[in-house]
Amino acid sequence: MKNILAFPAMLGASSLGIIRNVGQWGVFSLTALLGMVHIRRLIPKILYNIYFIGFKSLNIIVLVAFFTGMVLGLQGYYTLIKFSAEGMLGVAVALSLVRELGPVLTAIMLIGRAGSSISAEIGIMRISEQIDALSTMDVDPVRYLVTPKVIAALICFPLLTAIFNCVGILGGYFSSVLLSSRSGIYFSKIQSSLLLSDVTGGFVKSYVFAFIVITISCYCGYYTHQNQSSAGAEGVSNSTTSAVVQSCVYVLISDYVITSFLM
Amino acid sequence: MSSATPLIQLRNISKAFSGREILRGATLDINRNEITAIIGKSGGGKSVLVKHIIGLITADSGEIIFDGIPYSTMTRKDFSAIKSRCSYMFQNNALFDSMTVFENIALPLREKFQLSDKEIEEKVRARIEQLELGEVAGMYPKQISGGMQKRVALARALVTEPEIIFFDEPTTGLDPIRKKTVFSMIHRYHEALNFTAVIITHDIPDIFYIAHTVNILDEGRIIYSGSPVSLEQSSDPGLYSYTHGHEMLLDELTGLHNRLALMRKIEAFGAQDSDQLVLATVRLVGMRTIMDYKGELLAHAFISKLAKFVRSFLPQGACAGMFSKEILVLAAGSGDDSTLEMFLRQLAGYFQNLAIETYCHKQRLQVEIGGALITKGASAYSAIQEALATSKKYV
Repeated sequence: MKNILAFPAMLGASSLGIIRNVGQWGVFSLTALLGMVHIRRLIPKILYNIYFIGFKSLNIIVLVAFFTGMVLGLQGYYTLIKFSAEGMLGVAVALSLVRELGPVLTAIMLIGRAGSSISAEIGIMRISEQIDALSTMDVDPVRYLVTPKVIAALICFPLLTAIFNCVGILGGYFSSVLLSSRSGIYFSKIQSSLLLSDVTGGFVKSYVFAFIVITISCYCGYYTHQNQSSAGAEGVSNSTTSAVVQSCVYVLISDYVITSFLM
Repeated sequence: MSSATPLIQLRNISKAFSGREILRGATLDINRNEITAIIGKSGGGKSVLVKHIIGLITADSGEIIFDGIPYSTMTRKDFSAIKSRCSYMFQNNALFDSMTVFENIALPLREKFQLSDKEIEEKVRARIEQLELGEVAGMYPKQISGGMQKRVALARALVTEPEIIFFDEPTTGLDPIRKKTVFSMIHRYHEALNFTAVIITHDIPDIFYIAHTVNILDEGRIIYSGSPVSLEQSSDPGLYSYTHGHEMLLDELTGLHNRLALMRKIEAFGAQDSDQLVLATVRLVGMRTIMDYKGELLAHAFISKLAKFVRSFLPQGACAGMFSKEILVLAAGSGDDSTLEMFLRQLAGYFQNLAIETYCHKQRLQVEIGGALITKGASAYSAIQEALATSKKYV
């Protein structure tokens, strides 16, 4: 009897845990958004976070975007040539990047580079009582630590996505030049086929991803101390891993949801 | 509200972490403009108790009343107003490692006050100079020593000149000179600014000199709350380890009982079947002078040597202990007048042969030996006094 009840009990406990976490994340995110009311005092921190999230990620974004574009160009070329449609390569690369791969890969790269680092930073601040110190000074730690990062992410993600798209399209062009002498058609087809709605759809995604990635990363770090199974350095390590995994999962889930609405 | 009303009252605070009870109905009053000390064993929940006041931890049960208003009836805004009147110095400093020492101290001023950069700089520089941190103002916390980090945390706690300051082990990790400096600085600031201070510490007896009220937290409850003088005078055996912690180490090292344990032992003898207990006192004449003029360490060296001899001399089942710094008491078991006389003679002869002074830096120590018989049920204290009255000069 005990064994029979163990599974539903575990299922119930897990479900409650998930609901509690989602609720806590919602309140946490809302608090961070409400912190934007006093944006003037946060400007130096926002600028620093733009530098950290945006500028310092530029190299890796450009590199990944270029090779993603080249791979798309290669794969696209050998697929399209079977239908004698290699002239459509530019459109295939551009639409793939602008609608899907640009926002998603940018978000995933930023999860790895900035999200993990933010989660670890806030986690260390939590276990070394720096967050408690802010609280005792009557400084709202969420407003002080999270709000500038959220604002910076909302600025950086779309910009980096735009850069990713441009560099990716350029990468695709290089593939096209290497494989075919009819490279001029690449850009002309993009110009004629790419619609504004494709671009805005990509940016909508990048805004949503920015919010998801940064709030989940900050949330995991902020509540490091609630991790029952581990504490200290191990707790920070688990929070960081959790931030990366959860961010990736929720980015992909939300990508599907947004795409289904945009299509 | 009268000034006699405590500023903060903690009532029956209980808190458990993962099923482990840390606080079990702790009740504590913090008086306005006073220095309140909280002492207790490490890991006993002192910090946890104080963190309830500042809102870092929420109690499982119990109530906190601030200035007559219970926390449970306060709005978030009311509580925020309380926090802005307080300052907290953390046990592990909680300095922001990505900020310099100067920025750490300036942070509460920048975030909570509408001050110009010049005003902030002046206030921070003043604290930096007072705490001798000038050389490290531009460094990061990880680049400076633990003691310096402590002083930075102290400077940050004091920079806003709050009404209430919580010091969580402010002297841990500091050298003895800096410890005295920190305590004297807290005392001096208190005299000047008249703030309310709560100090969690293990520095006994130093804290007794500056605290107005001492609270002892033991097993999750406050077992003593009162003035340091009353604590010192207390005969409660449960408090002895807190007030005489240093002496307990010496007792441990010499193997002699302390006063409290000695009295208990003698009274336990009295409770046994034997009618009379043979008791001898050895007054170490000049021990006070040695302690005052030559130092505690030499005195301890003497007592250690003496304890070694006494342990080898004592019959089976007997016990010995220090009644005071210069009175050694030996309880030699049951007997009558003749047993007592024989025991005292043996003792005198033993001391005459000791030449104890040759062992201890050529310091001479005179010994006076006395004795008495304790009848069943008599007080150990009066028996010792009786024995001392018969003291004869032997060496």
